[in-house]
Amino acid sequence: MEPQTLFDKIWQSHVVKEEPGCPAVLYVDLHLIHEVTSPQAFSDLRRRGLRVRRPDRTFATMDHSVQTNPTGAAREDAAATQQLRALSENCGKAGISLFEPGSEHHGIVHVIGPELGLTRPGATIVCGDSHTSTHGAFGALAFGIGTSEVAHVLATQCLLQRKPRTMDVRFTGKLRPWVSAKDMCLALTAKIGTGGATGHVIEYRGEAVDQLSVESRMTLCNMSIEAGARAGMVAPDEKCVDWLKGRPYSPRGLAWTDARKRWLALRSDRGANFDSHVRIDGSDIDAMITWGTTPAMAVAVGKPTPRPDDFATESERAAAAKALAYMGLKPGEPLTGRRISTVFIGSCTNGRIEDLRAAASLLRGRSVAPHVRMLVVPGSQQVLRQAEAEGLDGVFKAAGAQWRKPGCSMCIAMNGDQIAEGEYAVSTSNRNFEGRQGKGGRTFLASPLTATAAAITGRLTHPRELMQEVPCVLNA
Amino acid sequence: MRFERITSTLIVLPIDNIDTDQIIPARFLKTTSREGLGEKLFHDWRYSKDGKAHSEFALSIARPGSRILLAGSNFGCGSSREHAPWALYDFGIRAVIAPSFADIFRANAAKNGILTVEVTREFAAFLLESQMRALGLEVTIDLQAQALSAGGITIEFPFDAFSRQCLLHGRDELDYLLSQMTEVEAYENAHAGS
Repeated sequence: MEPQTLFDKIWQSHVVKEEPGCPAVLYVDLHLIHEVTSPQAFSDLRRRGLRVRRPDRTFATMDHSVQTNPTGAAREDAAATQQLRALSENCGKAGISLFEPGSEHHGIVHVIGPELGLTRPGATIVCGDSHTSTHGAFGALAFGIGTSEVAHVLATQCLLQRKPRTMDVRFTGKLRPWVSAKDMCLALTAKIGTGGATGHVIEYRGEAVDQLSVESRMTLCNMSIEAGARAGMVAPDEKCVDWLKGRPYSPRGLAWTDARKRWLALRSDRGANFDSHVRIDGSDIDAMITWGTTPAMAVAVGKPTPRPDDFATESERAAAAKALAYMGLKPGEPLTGRRISTVFIGSCTNGRIEDLRAAASLLRGRSVAPHVRMLVVPGSQQVLRQAEAEGLDGVFKAAGAQWRKPGCSMCIAMNGDQIAEGEYAVSTSNRNFEGRQGKGGRTFLASPLTATAAAITGRLTHPRELMQEVPCVLNA
Repeated sequence: MRFERITSTLIVLPIDNIDTDQIIPARFLKTTSREGLGEKLFHDWRYSKDGKAHSEFALSIARPGSRILLAGSNFGCGSSREHAPWALYDFGIRAVIAPSFADIFRANAAKNGILTVEVTREFAAFLLESQMRALGLEVTIDLQAQALSAGGITIEFPFDAFSRQCLLHGRDELDYLLSQMTEVEAYENAHAGS
């Protein structure tokens, strides 16, 4: 038999049917939904008199527009309230499990899926959210869909899909202590561009990926979409499978033993053919930061902003000039030392316990600069509890940071957590598009370590400068 | 949603990597309907602080009733929000011409009666120049023939055969999926427990 990629195997085992000239009917094992991209899909079903076919394979959470302020004084606005109520009613009628704010398993959809053991190796997972690729860290085929497709999956548990191409992204070597998965994402996107992986499913491989923790692999897969990829995945290894053991929805007993064996066998065959290849030396990656308005506009911390003239094509020169103007930066200007006023730690990219530990490791015994507002927003209730059990909340509060409740918060700025026009923020989220974190706001994307270093000094700072006596928490 | 053929003047926004946050900013996603998003289309590029439309922005310059958008490569990158094609459709746009499109946007557009017409960078530049020379440049897009005509030149463009049939006949992908339920049940029975 011809050697197959991990993606090929999952794809093939989920194709229900493929007629000539038609896309494949692809079976969906797990459908995750949230308040923003589902209401119109439920309306479609009502209009056509259709029912949710597999409520047992559908799980819902409220994350995009929920309040994260722990004082409870702030409320969602009328529109958000209506949207949240719609999700609640839709789930109630269809018998779909919904994890509401404040409940034990509430959180950002891509944080709670793995945490609950809903995410499984070899599964197909979709959600009306482009960062669904996160779940690929477990060797699942997971990708974002639009609302019409949410309706398709609700009604049929299937999707019509053309088979994507495959891309082998290999990170060789050993990462430096201050370099995290976030820096790998930014390095990759900077190298291949925001459309570099369009039409492809990425499989991340190589020594640097093997050494990453499971949570770091989630970060890595999360930002696959920022390079245009349909999905990103890492083959499951013992570390990955053990991470899932004992989770609320993970198989138990004999079923676990059987699943474990099956999952560990899931990998690309030797000699499997990929449509394209990218190779990056992990030991060459430094802490990264964005300077512009796409995640591909990123450089190593310490490097200056580029000069538009340095780019090869007219459209790239125009894009660079436009981005620098939006960011209020000059060509060739040093980025380190630039004063910032907000730091956001959180999101489906960097809102897991490992990220909070990294931030706390720099912050312990230090303070957030007086002019900086620092928000630490755990990705889920479980992350919040774990952080509090470890005393991390105390570290954040003592340093002057705000310790929030779970939600997407300032990553998408739908709940009022936002930055002001012209304001500079260092954010551990995934997008620095114009206005993403508030109209006119200026975002520098970075890792939790780099963002925390900026919070402490009040300026863009290389995290290495603050790490001398800090034990490394990453890449252990 | 049906699409056969349109002739229209262009709205010109020749910028690469126009992301869905620009097409429709996230703060307008708190809706439970598909309608009414047209006035928020490209909101933060289109309006000044006092809510007035910038007179030099593409949507203001274009001839009223223009239904084809000419954009840069990787159009629609970023978020999966279908609010992006809903906003374009609600504004009146029925086709976007660009050198390339982001995957999810392309899929979402087809389901909402918006044609994504992929052309070479050179042809996009030709359209741009022709538009500069004569502001009223008319472009015809014919899905049956998969052909685009403008300025005396006709080119063919690629389009997914299945989406094309759906658009030409006003068929819905969901109808097709619903017609496959016997196979889906068989698949579920064969894979029970996994």
